[in-house]
Amino acid sequence: MALLQVNNLSIAFGGLRAVDDFSLEIEKGELYGLIGPNGAGKTTVFNLLTGVYKPNEGIIRLDGEDITRKNTIEINHAGIARTFQNIRLFHQMSVIDNVKVGLTERFKYSGIEGVLHVGRYKAMEKAMDEEAMKLLKVFGLDSERDVLASNLPYGKQRKLEIARAMATSPKLLLLDEPAAGMNPNETAELMETIALVRKEFNMTILLIEHDMKLVSGICEKLTVLNFGRVLKQGETKEVLDDPEVIKAYLGED
Amino acid sequence: MAEKKRIKSNLITYGIVIGMYLIMEILMRTGNLSSHLKGLLVPMTYYAIIAVALNLCVGILGELSIGHCGFMCIGAFASAIFSKLTQNALPTPIRFFLAFVVGIAVAALFGFLIGIPVLRLKGDYLAIVTLAFGEIIKNVINAIYFGVDSKGAHISLNNVMDLGMEPDGQVIINGAMGVTGTPRDANFTIAIVVLLLALFVVLNLMNSRDGRAIMAVRDNSIAAESAGINVTRYKMMAFTISAAIAGAAGVLFSHNITSLTATSQYFGYNASIMILVYVVLGGIGNIRGSVIAAAILYLLPEMLRGLNTYRMLIYSIVLIVMMLFNWAPAAVDWRNRVKHKFIKRNA
Repeated sequence: MALLQVNNLSIAFGGLRAVDDFSLEIEKGELYGLIGPNGAGKTTVFNLLTGVYKPNEGIIRLDGEDITRKNTIEINHAGIARTFQNIRLFHQMSVIDNVKVGLTERFKYSGIEGVLHVGRYKAMEKAMDEEAMKLLKVFGLDSERDVLASNLPYGKQRKLEIARAMATSPKLLLLDEPAAGMNPNETAELMETIALVRKEFNMTILLIEHDMKLVSGICEKLTVLNFGRVLKQGETKEVLDDPEVIKAYLGED
Repeated sequence: MAEKKRIKSNLITYGIVIGMYLIMEILMRTGNLSSHLKGLLVPMTYYAIIAVALNLCVGILGELSIGHCGFMCIGAFASAIFSKLTQNALPTPIRFFLAFVVGIAVAALFGFLIGIPVLRLKGDYLAIVTLAFGEIIKNVINAIYFGVDSKGAHISLNNVMDLGMEPDGQVIINGAMGVTGTPRDANFTIAIVVLLLALFVVLNLMNSRDGRAIMAVRDNSIAAESAGINVTRYKMMAFTISAAIAGAAGVLFSHNITSLTATSQYFGYNASIMILVYVVLGGIGNIRGSVIAAAILYLLPEMLRGLNTYRMLIYSIVLIVMMLFNWAPAAVDWRNRVKHKFIKRNA
């Protein structure tokens, strides 16, 4: 059974059908790309998957569990983590604390223990530090653990955002234009990071991207959206060679 | 390493408070403190406490509240009523301890209840509504008549006669005349202990799972939600704790005077804004700064009473200088340079 199964998803804002009859299946361990021209509804799909918007029609299932009507927090607990097109870090907190926020729901102790620093506090904090450092090492951020998130260079902020998402131990990771605003070197590095995440955590990833080099380089399957509807779905190469897709991206001769 | 730095910074904060306490105690014991100044020590401390409470709300949670004196007012009245009712029934230490429990609990309850509607708002709107709640609390207390006699409790919004009390009855809240005859249990030592406890709670909270979640909500609530943080829960938590600490300041307030009235001077929005000034000048999110700023800015106008007409002029100049010292880029640079020199010399 597919890890993520989306059936006939639709949402309308007023008269505009931003996403119309959208279906998608992602198998465990796949790296799936969602592409399309500006305004095609890609980010809206992400917002539907993460509970920011509730769909008018359709069903979303994660690992067999119906998550269609759940809110953002419940969906995160169910196993979907995401990053944002415009980076959203906890900018006044240190790098390690950003990751530790992601660990909040996995390492629990009571508020009283937290205020008095007694009981499970010490052991749990230590375990959180170790887990956070393990993640930061994977992303090459371990030497910057105490730096304020806002003081990191752009590329590393992107990585930190992915690290924070991974800290919630998701089943599915959604990346919203991870290469936006990056130069070719940074993009190449990002591709390595994404490959690493897949390898280290055996992660299933759905990403939105404009950078065709990145998409054709790492994605196994693609869905192309145009005007809220699925234009083409399938293996990467096959999709990118499709005349309809080329027309949507480049226009007609 | 960051952990050690944090512990060291916290110890410095406690050290400053204890050092200040010892200096004042020595001056007091050796008779070097005027009675005027002696009378300012407890108020200075409870203003430091409420500044810490407000900084939790403004600096750590990131929500601007300008009604915090309302929670102080609730703590003051709840504990004053309790102390008056049990004045003859309980020994002083136990009674005063329970007065703290009552004052803090009632303020926390109101913080929670007011938080439910208020925390749905953002930014300016939230500030305006907290201001309104602060005023409502003060005005409602001003209108209440409350008494106890052998038949039980009586309450009225008209006048004392309306209570219809038995001859053995005791009026507890006399409308705008407030509560009179509260035992003066508070002293500087107890006030400092409460301040240290408030600092302990807030500083430890900041360095815990819940504290990080609260700061995450402040920095980016959308990202916090998508990382599985229950934004509403953590907002309520921080706001309630903040109200509870403000309530503790209120308990000290009411047990430091014999006649407690809900006047604008102490519980109006001007007072709330004065505390916000302490927080802003001490540095938003900087708990130690709040304590120092509250102490300096509370004592200064009082110490300058002799200068009369120039008093507020000097006060405002000090405000501007503190603002520049804390926030102007050139001043920050200079402070860092001095700090580096100092560290080098020690190394």
